[in-house]
Amino acid sequence: MDVLTLSRWQFAVTGMFHFIFVPLTLGLSILIAYFETRYVMTNDETWLKMAKFWGKLFLINFILGIVTGITMEFQLGMNWAEYSKYVGDIFGAPLAIEAMVAFFLESVFIGVWVFGWNKISKKMHAISIWIVAVATNLSALWILLANGWMQHPVGYHLVTNTAGQVRAEMIDFVAMLVNPYGLIKFAHTVTSGYVVAAFFVMGISAWHLVRRNEMTFFKRSFRAASIFGLVACILVAVTGEFHGVEIAKTQPTKLAAMEAVWETQRGVPLSLIQFPDVDNERNSIAWLNIPNLVSFLAVHDANGEVKGLKDFPKELRPPVLPTFWSFRIMVALGMFMTFISMLGVYLSGKKDFEKYKLFLSVVLFSLPLPYIAGQLGWIVAEVGRQPWIVYGVLKTSDAVSKSISTVQVVGSLLGFTLLYGGLAVIDIYLLAKYSRKGPDGILTSISYATERRN
Amino acid sequence: MELQITWFILWSVLWAVYFMLDGFVLGTGMLSGMLGKSDMEKRVLVNSVGPVWNGNEVWLITAGGATFAAFPTTYALMFSYLYTALLLLLFALIIRGVAFEFRGKVDNPSWKLSSDVAIILSGFVPALLFGVAFGNIFEGLPMDGSGYHGSFLALLNPYGLVTGVLFVLLFAVHGALYASVKTNGELSSRARRMAGNLWIPLLIVAVVFLGYTKFATRLYDNYFKWPVLLLIPVIAVAALIAVKYFTVKDAMFKAFASSCVTIVFVTFTGVAGLFPSLIPSSIDPAYNLTIFNSSSSQYTLVIMTAVAVIFVPIVIAYKVWVYRVFRARVDEKEVLSNSEAY
Ligand code: HDD
Ligand code: HEM
Ligand code: HEM
Repeated sequence: MDVLTLSRWQFAVTGMFHFIFVPLTLGLSILIAYFETRYVMTNDETWLKMAKFWGKLFLINFILGIVTGITMEFQLGMNWAEYSKYVGDIFGAPLAIEAMVAFFLESVFIGVWVFGWNKISKKMHAISIWIVAVATNLSALWILLANGWMQHPVGYHLVTNTAGQVRAEMIDFVAMLVNPYGLIKFAHTVTSGYVVAAFFVMGISAWHLVRRNEMTFFKRSFRAASIFGLVACILVAVTGEFHGVEIAKTQPTKLAAMEAVWETQRGVPLSLIQFPDVDNERNSIAWLNIPNLVSFLAVHDANGEVKGLKDFPKELRPPVLPTFWSFRIMVALGMFMTFISMLGVYLSGKKDFEKYKLFLSVVLFSLPLPYIAGQLGWIVAEVGRQPWIVYGVLKTSDAVSKSISTVQVVGSLLGFTLLYGGLAVIDIYLLAKYSRKGPDGILTSISYATERRN
Repeated sequence: MELQITWFILWSVLWAVYFMLDGFVLGTGMLSGMLGKSDMEKRVLVNSVGPVWNGNEVWLITAGGATFAAFPTTYALMFSYLYTALLLLLFALIIRGVAFEFRGKVDNPSWKLSSDVAIILSGFVPALLFGVAFGNIFEGLPMDGSGYHGSFLALLNPYGLVTGVLFVLLFAVHGALYASVKTNGELSSRARRMAGNLWIPLLIVAVVFLGYTKFATRLYDNYFKWPVLLLIPVIAVAALIAVKYFTVKDAMFKAFASSCVTIVFVTFTGVAGLFPSLIPSSIDPAYNLTIFNSSSSQYTLVIMTAVAVIFVPIVIAYKVWVYRVFRARVDEKEVLSNSEAY
């Protein structure tokens, strides 16, 4: 394998690994901030226990988000030097701003939250977790505006320097900030993180409810998470739909691959059961058609035209199968999870909620689903953008560093795989250990902390 | 003043502050095995950096991000040329964060032992690598129009290693001083003695470094051109001497403050010599990466300047507040009273 292929694998592996931890951070920080606020308002200790118990799991996840994030920032220079040179004038700005406005806030105030129990007032303590929640979501905004710019570059022009080298330079910073592609990506991604957090809390609560542990505690957690989850699921679907519209406007190749549309046509139907046949450039199976639906969803016009893959030369088409299947499964999972959280809201309102054991175990086993949907979403976004790294501007194959060797990247890819594999084992072990333990052990230290505080 | 120069100064400040802040975390880490005699003492040490280490590391991310935004060509070439060194650095930083956070989460002696070893190594390795990397940048990297002609092993040349050892000792003394300020009793005085003992090899290596720099690099050219710059190394040396003076007098907070000044001015000493290069070429100065030929467009620099002018002071303000909240010394009682403590 060459440096290009290896670097792509490495970026995909490390990026997807980073994105295991990111979405939970985005959503769980908000839930914890809400729990702690309720405690400050009501003085009801169950809320405090909730903040602490879910906080412990949050921290185990958070640290891995941080350490895997540094890799992402370094890699852009290490493996993608040509890319960094070409678009650094534009792309560097959001990354630097992200560090200055978001990473400092979250890293400093998470320290305050963890170590500040006995040192600052109740209110200030709750405020510090709100700051963490806002800052993590703010960091997502900047990185997704950056990624949104790669998907749909705006506000730039190409400049040739005296040495004859070309690069993209920013001419309109505001255009990048209000890039519809970036903003819709932000909305879709953070709300998908809220779904992850909701299913995480619901799943672990379900496990305890089946065993009748700490019923008040876990019923309350489940209830809050299911409402949060239902709202988030609906928002994910709505933002996802508008995401598709944005893609139809800017990346016709990706849209065609997502829906496996081969011929340019008007009023494209949506086939519920569909199998693309790439070799023959057609769909081998297209059953249960809903007339005009793809056109309606993609361009908000039932008779709208959708460009087919055959209109583009083969070397400009993305890999169809991964894009198509990832998109399908993500959407299917989204619908299933909306259904589950709806049931969750309904059933958790009942007094004898713990009796619905079948439902509770379905919820527990649904815990990984939003994670899977999120990973698939990135595959749609990134694989579907190929062969471009910056759509229409720079090819991925022209973006890779020139000074690194195959041996180096084999070594680093191997190193990351081993190290991250180890981290994954430790992470799962610790999450399982502390989830299972429940909030019991936390009690003693709380009474101490409440005594000392104020 | 040209914006490139403003960003050169900002770039140096980001690195200097990073070394000053993460320096004591790395230093406490690498000495934790020798300073902490019991498991509790080790816990106290880890918790003494607990509330701040992550915020300190973000200065590195910001320094990297600022290099990317203001000098994209330098960012691209520096990170890809130093690929293997940066990879090791990354691994060490990843392991450090995880070891801090998870050390206390499993009650098992071999888990504790591996975490302790990880904390020591992940303090030592980054310190050495930063030194080696900056030493090589001071010397210049073997690069020309056709690219880079170096390798990881070539970075480990004598001057690179001397700078590496200098960084290790600087951070070790810094970490020992921090530990003595942030802990109590026997642990604190042990840290103080450690700082005093390590100061002597530090002084020797610093003298060697300053002398060797004359032969290995062109850093002194700028000092001949603008003699006022000599104030920078003079302050660095004075602060280094003050470290010893205050340590002997048992004025540990002042000793730690002097060590902060030392690290900042050692960084400035090197960087002032580089100006206007960010990475000189050891093959031919025509290929130097300078703040002018590797910078962003004027437009981007203006925006980044505006952002930095607004946000860096805000960051500093809440950081100062946090250091005040956590100014008390850390002890056993404190560690045991917080269920989230490391
Ligand atoms: C949708 C959100 C999102 C996406 C797409 C990314 N990240 Fe991330 N990142 C976060 C959301 C996030 C976060 C939720 O804000 C994290 C996770 C845990 C944390 O503390 O912050 C984070 C942490 C984090 C850190 C550590 C910050 C610290 O030490 O406090 C760095 C350096 C990066 N990220 C950099 C990147 C880069 C260069 C990415 C792309 C190539 C990237 N992230 C994708
Ligand atoms: C602004 C942030 C991002 C940048 C600069 C970026 C850039 C890149 C680059 C350079 C590659 C390698 C070239 C390629 O194969 O396409 C890539 C591929 C990929 N990235 Fe992103 N990406 C970003 C965000 C993410 C995140 C956070 C994920 C999380 C899961 C992700 C998922 C992927 C995947 C799955 C690939 C593989 C695609 C393939 O190899 O065909 N990306 N991206
Ligand atoms: C319910 C219907 C859904 C629709 C219509 C939808 C739509 C989309 C589309 C069109 C993309 C591609 C964006 C691009 O190429 O730039 C995308 C990406 C993505 N999706 Fe979904 N999605 C849905 C559900 C979900 C669910 C349930 C999750 C996770 C919980 C999720 C997480 C993501 C993520 C993380 C990305 C990558 C980031 C991005 O590009 O925004 N999606 N989604």
